Amino acid sequence: MTRAALLAPLFALALVGCGGNQNTLGPASHDERSISHLFWIMFGASCVGFGVIVTLLFLGWARRERPNLPGGRGERAATGVVIGLGVALPIVLLVSLFVYSDLFVVDSVAAPTGRTPVTVRVIGHQWWWEVRYGGSNVVTANEIHIPVRTDVTAIVTTADVIHSFWVPELNRKVDMNPGSQNRLLLRADRAGAYRGQCAEFCGLQHAHMAVEVIAQPKAEFQRWLAQNAKPAARDSKLFDANCGSCHQVRGTPSRTRVGPDLTHFASRRTIAALTKPNTPENLREWIRDPQHVKPGNRMPNLPLTNAQFDALARYLESLR
Amino acid sequence: MAVTAPAPVRRHIENLERVWAERPGVLGWLTTVDHKKIGLLYFWTTLVFFAAGGIEALLMRTQLATANEDVVGPETFDQLMTMHGVTMIFFFIIPMTTGAFGNYLVPLMIGARDMAFPRLNALSYWIFLGAGLFMYSSFLIHQAPNAGWFDYVPLALRRYDGGLNIDFYALGLIFNSVATTLGALNLTVTIFKLRAPGMSWNRMPLFCFAMLATSLALIFALPALTADCIFLELQRKLGFHFFDTAYGGDPLLWQHLFWIFAHPEVYIIVLPAFGIATSIIPTFARHRMIAFPLVAMAELLVAFIGFGVWAHHMFATGLTSTTLVFFAAASMMVVVPSTIQIYAWLMTVNIGTPQFRAPLMFIGGFILFFVIGGLSGIMFAAIPFDQATTDTYFVVAHFHFIIFGAAVFPLLGGIYYWFPKVTGRMYDERLAQVSFWLTFVGTTLTFFPMHIVGLLGMTRRVYTYDHGLGWDAYNLVETIGGYILAAGLFTIAFNVVRSYRRGLPVGRDPFHGGTLEWTTTSPPPPYNFPVIPTVTSAYPNWDEPDRAEDLRKLERGDLVLDEAHETPESTVNDAVPSAIAEMPPESPWPVIVAATVTIAFFLLLTEHYASAGLAFMLTLLAAAGWNAHEPEEGVG
Repeated sequence: MTRAALLAPLFALALVGCGGNQNTLGPASHDERSISHLFWIMFGASCVGFGVIVTLLFLGWARRERPNLPGGRGERAATGVVIGLGVALPIVLLVSLFVYSDLFVVDSVAAPTGRTPVTVRVIGHQWWWEVRYGGSNVVTANEIHIPVRTDVTAIVTTADVIHSFWVPELNRKVDMNPGSQNRLLLRADRAGAYRGQCAEFCGLQHAHMAVEVIAQPKAEFQRWLAQNAKPAARDSKLFDANCGSCHQVRGTPSRTRVGPDLTHFASRRTIAALTKPNTPENLREWIRDPQHVKPGNRMPNLPLTNAQFDALARYLESLR
Repeated sequence: MAVTAPAPVRRHIENLERVWAERPGVLGWLTTVDHKKIGLLYFWTTLVFFAAGGIEALLMRTQLATANEDVVGPETFDQLMTMHGVTMIFFFIIPMTTGAFGNYLVPLMIGARDMAFPRLNALSYWIFLGAGLFMYSSFLIHQAPNAGWFDYVPLALRRYDGGLNIDFYALGLIFNSVATTLGALNLTVTIFKLRAPGMSWNRMPLFCFAMLATSLALIFALPALTADCIFLELQRKLGFHFFDTAYGGDPLLWQHLFWIFAHPEVYIIVLPAFGIATSIIPTFARHRMIAFPLVAMAELLVAFIGFGVWAHHMFATGLTSTTLVFFAAASMMVVVPSTIQIYAWLMTVNIGTPQFRAPLMFIGGFILFFVIGGLSGIMFAAIPFDQATTDTYFVVAHFHFIIFGAAVFPLLGGIYYWFPKVTGRMYDERLAQVSFWLTFVGTTLTFFPMHIVGLLGMTRRVYTYDHGLGWDAYNLVETIGGYILAAGLFTIAFNVVRSYRRGLPVGRDPFHGGTLEWTTTSPPPPYNFPVIPTVTSAYPNWDEPDRAEDLRKLERGDLVLDEAHETPESTVNDAVPSAIAEMPPESPWPVIVAATVTIAFFLLLTEHYASAGLAFMLTLLAAAGWNAHEPEEGVG
């Protein structure tokens, strides 16, 4: 009892009080709210159950080495407790939990079946996310912009190994399997940036495969979409020669899509799937020595001069 | 006993000593077929693997102690993470429970003189050792398995993982399955056929029920893993397309087959622990287990229902909701046999007069951890919650409470409990209590905060993480806990080694245990029992008239079987003696067969298929030698 009594509030405090923006129990959508309700109900019941066990164990401890305490040798009564608490009560509780969670809640967090106002396709790559918008040529990476308080269907799959798409404050997770698609509702009730992370082990840089969902007011979202549909303003021979074999910058000769599309790179908040904030210093560090920043990632270290790296960085910073 | 015994007793004992004598020294250990010596070989070998898995865990915890730490790089981390899981499951817990505890204790508990197939028993140990060395040799070339113990494809395919890492994994597990299957078959037949006269099912110790359930589950679960690994190797080495969507294959096939094995596996891991709990509790509560038949059925039932829940590891893969609901229901169902056992243990403690010596302390810790792990386990049967928290540290917390708290804690208690039986000496009780508190606090600090970081969004299998996500403090506590836990385990090892040399000598039955192993000397003689005991209850050592009768039988020579290397067989249900089984003597062939198989697997690994074929031919030749050298029995 002491342990349960001590731990339960601590536990609750820890979960409510802090955490970054990747908290399963900090819901920003209807779906995630019903999941965290489900957790708190199960957690409450678990505390009670654990308390009963601790009490029984404590009673056993109290009886140690004291053969004359009353209540011993009552085999029939003890068997009755086993059947009551060990068979009957669990069956009632489990059936209730099953009906509530696996028939009702599961239904309320089901993926949308019909059309939603916005559809994004998210494609997992080792170790970044490709994001495409239905009905437009917008392609971005590691950042999913959505309009706030609007149903958005995410259709997810992978280009290589299995990844799992998970933005904890918005919804449950769903795997990205080769050769098939899974769907999930993405909806945010408040504007903000919601962090997510690949949840299925996908190799060396599984730890640095994060994604951000940015929920914006509708008008702002529309402006963002229109801006990102535009091709790049200018071309760079240096970029085409050194980066164009993997990256696309729409409107320039670089149009290979092995790595992330960089057409509007400068508008993004982070580098290398949220490995670093997108600052001038981080950008230079990254293009100069990507294998140091994110060991094992697919971007090679290029044999360029400092001046050339700087020119590349300036070009990338111009891609707004 | 032999000192004061009358002449006929002395003569029988001398005969038995002669008939059951084995070669002394190192050669004796290589050729032994004695289940106790094989059990000890298993015990020390698995302890070494346990230490290796523990060091891997500590390295990972050190890397994760703070954000953006740089103790090991991602490649090394992935190898450590994979080998930690593979080692703890395949090279520690299963061989420790079935190989060491099962092997040593089952024949003693059922009143037999050995396992049903003593040479097969030796073979399973040597193959297990070969497989373990095979798997660990991968570290020498820094190509240990690195795709996680679950080894999902396509990540584990050659395209994404081109070294030998995954080949070590797949071939090593196929190899090890042979050993595990042989051991499980042997335990099953032993329990079915070699029980002492009168030990009908309702009188068989619950430990043996647990070992039976474990063995049956292993026999049925392992083929799925073996098939999966064979598919994987065919695809990796010979270009088959089992998991290739472009050719009509499916990566989910790997997951289904893997979890068809790996969920029953969870029960395979914890059932022996339940068996140990049901051995320790009645002894120290000084009261027989209550609800005995319910507990026996619960043990078998858990192994059975455990086969119907595998897809709850795949709730996020996008299976249809009808499928999910079926598996969720089965996952809820599997809870009930466990609640039965928990309350049966607790109520037995409560109606007895418990004595909280170290073994019972570990069982108390086990019950608390098992309940925590069980409660978080129920949460995963709630599909939406599972889909939110699967692949996070919440899962890591859950299954470590089960695998470490619920499976290893009883093992630690069991080590103390049977230490006097195996060595004839008593462990140091005070040091044992200290080791309990260290491991208890260490386990709690290591694994409990993982629930919280998991809910705060920390995913599994990451080699590092960033500041600012609220995970730092919990991770640091976990790492500190890991070191405390290691100190506790080290204390246990120290206690065992020191008490083995300096412990106070004990008699046959220091704890007044109820089962048959306590009726014989400590350590037991090679033939286990001078006279095969006759059983009339589930706690035969508490039936004093029966044990007095054993002594009179020894004088008369009833059921002594001292003329040849023999043990009685009995009928499956009621254990009525039905025949006398001749037992094979020690033999060099098991270790030779295992050596040829080990060579063959190394050749398969390096793609020398013709040579591997030749090595397997050698295996067949050795097997022929095994059969050709059947000596005449009973010559004495």
